[in-house]
Amino acid sequence: MTEGEFCPQPLAPGELLTDIEPTASAHTDRTSPLHDIHVAGGASFTDFAGWQMPVSYGSDLAEHHAVRTAAGIFDISHMAEILVTGADAAAFLDYALAGRLSAIGDFQAKYSLLLDETGGIIDDLVVYRLGDEKFFVVANAGNRAPVVAALHARAEGFDNLEVVDQSDDIALIAVQGPVSRSILEATSAITGTTVPLDELKYYWSTDAFFDGTPLLIGRTGYTGEDGFELYITVDRAAELWQALVEAGVDKGLIPAGLASRDTLRLEAGMPLYGHELGRGTFPVQAGLGRVVNLKKENDFVGRTAIEAGPVDGARVLVGLTTEGRRAGRADYSVFANDTEVGIITSGALSPTLGYPVAMAYVDPGVIEAGDPLFIDVRGTRIPATVVSLPFYKRKAN
Amino acid sequence: MADVTTLQYTAEHEWVLVDGDIATVGITAYAADKLGDVVFVELPKSGSALAEGAIVGEIESTKSVGELFAPVDGEVVESNDAVVSDPSLVNSDPFGEGWLIKVKFTALPTLLSHAEYTALVGE
Repeated sequence: MTEGEFCPQPLAPGELLTDIEPTASAHTDRTSPLHDIHVAGGASFTDFAGWQMPVSYGSDLAEHHAVRTAAGIFDISHMAEILVTGADAAAFLDYALAGRLSAIGDFQAKYSLLLDETGGIIDDLVVYRLGDEKFFVVANAGNRAPVVAALHARAEGFDNLEVVDQSDDIALIAVQGPVSRSILEATSAITGTTVPLDELKYYWSTDAFFDGTPLLIGRTGYTGEDGFELYITVDRAAELWQALVEAGVDKGLIPAGLASRDTLRLEAGMPLYGHELGRGTFPVQAGLGRVVNLKKENDFVGRTAIEAGPVDGARVLVGLTTEGRRAGRADYSVFANDTEVGIITSGALSPTLGYPVAMAYVDPGVIEAGDPLFIDVRGTRIPATVVSLPFYKRKAN
Repeated sequence: MADVTTLQYTAEHEWVLVDGDIATVGITAYAADKLGDVVFVELPKSGSALAEGAIVGEIESTKSVGELFAPVDGEVVESNDAVVSDPSLVNSDPFGEGWLIKVKFTALPTLLSHAEYTALVGE
């Protein structure tokens, strides 16, 4: 047996992060501050952006279902965090990023994009505003260096500004699932939330303490469920993880790895950098046109290219479903009649829905024409249906 | 579950149990663990002729696809219907109920011993 595609999340299009080669577990890579806990918990590891991160703790399907029905706890400490402070911080981010970050309120969060001059996507980000002059930018681990470099380069000309890469000092734990709020509330060492968690809205955040150590809690996530992301200094991360697990074990909380994180975000129609997003992708092609604020009065990097738009007929991201159990995977072709009209960027047998789902870039003309589409699954043509994203949407609370 | 120390192995992470001229074939626990939860298995039908090294089936998990290589020349005498209807057997009992095919072989290549396979995967 050998591997066709063995990795939950590549660094770049088509670039496999792991293979079945046995040396993958060599301890030459960076490890999370929670690594010993994961080893003790029986995790399998995958190399992700130079980090050894848990891919699963035994059953990725069980972890997926736990997040949909109860809760899962993820270590995503490999993510990059950049603190942006100063009187010019808001104006700087309005220039450096695609959105209007100056418009969000204190402790509000916003999904945004870092574009290059050609309108391509350097990274997708979540930005938390922590005060009038203080923002916290969270980037993908694999894009830490280009994001930090771009932010520093774009800081030129802003005098009252400091951009500090805090990634090495901050750990990130996500608790995701319908019972996640009750788990945080039952964690007695979490105190002093400025906003009670039951009043904290989606994409807002609050300061708190964990046993005296400052903690940032965002009601954010990457699973399509209600959930929270908790930022803390690396020295307290293991204690925070243990406290959350203790509070959650009776509520169905289990540790979950990157494999389930990938199927969860896929069902939720959330793009993954390197799959749905990249330097060669305009936001509008990925369905992220709304993330780029062209009503901003100020210039921002990529604006000219975005206003010109992609060429006519540029492929657009769609959802595809198929029957049976064989899933279309990244890089598989999509056909209409005998013409290749698209390419899959992510796909899996959806654990929640029970049928295969995929995201694909396809020629817009074939969608408008309603032509029957097929996915080429290793030589077999399987009929595919275009559906609107997301594939899965949680019921309102 | 078979005694793993008496099985033979391939570098493609398959195990082979030889009994007379019949070889039972499955994938190793190491491979099953690396694949993750198996959700789909496609196997060659009884009577299929196999050539060593040819791709004869697929083992698909939520996150990846593994190919089943024929470890021997021969003819399939039985494929495991139970694992087709319940692919999770590959994870729960890879050396036992999760076996994949039985092959009446005509030639048996040099395979890896348990010690050699263990050294290969570094576990």
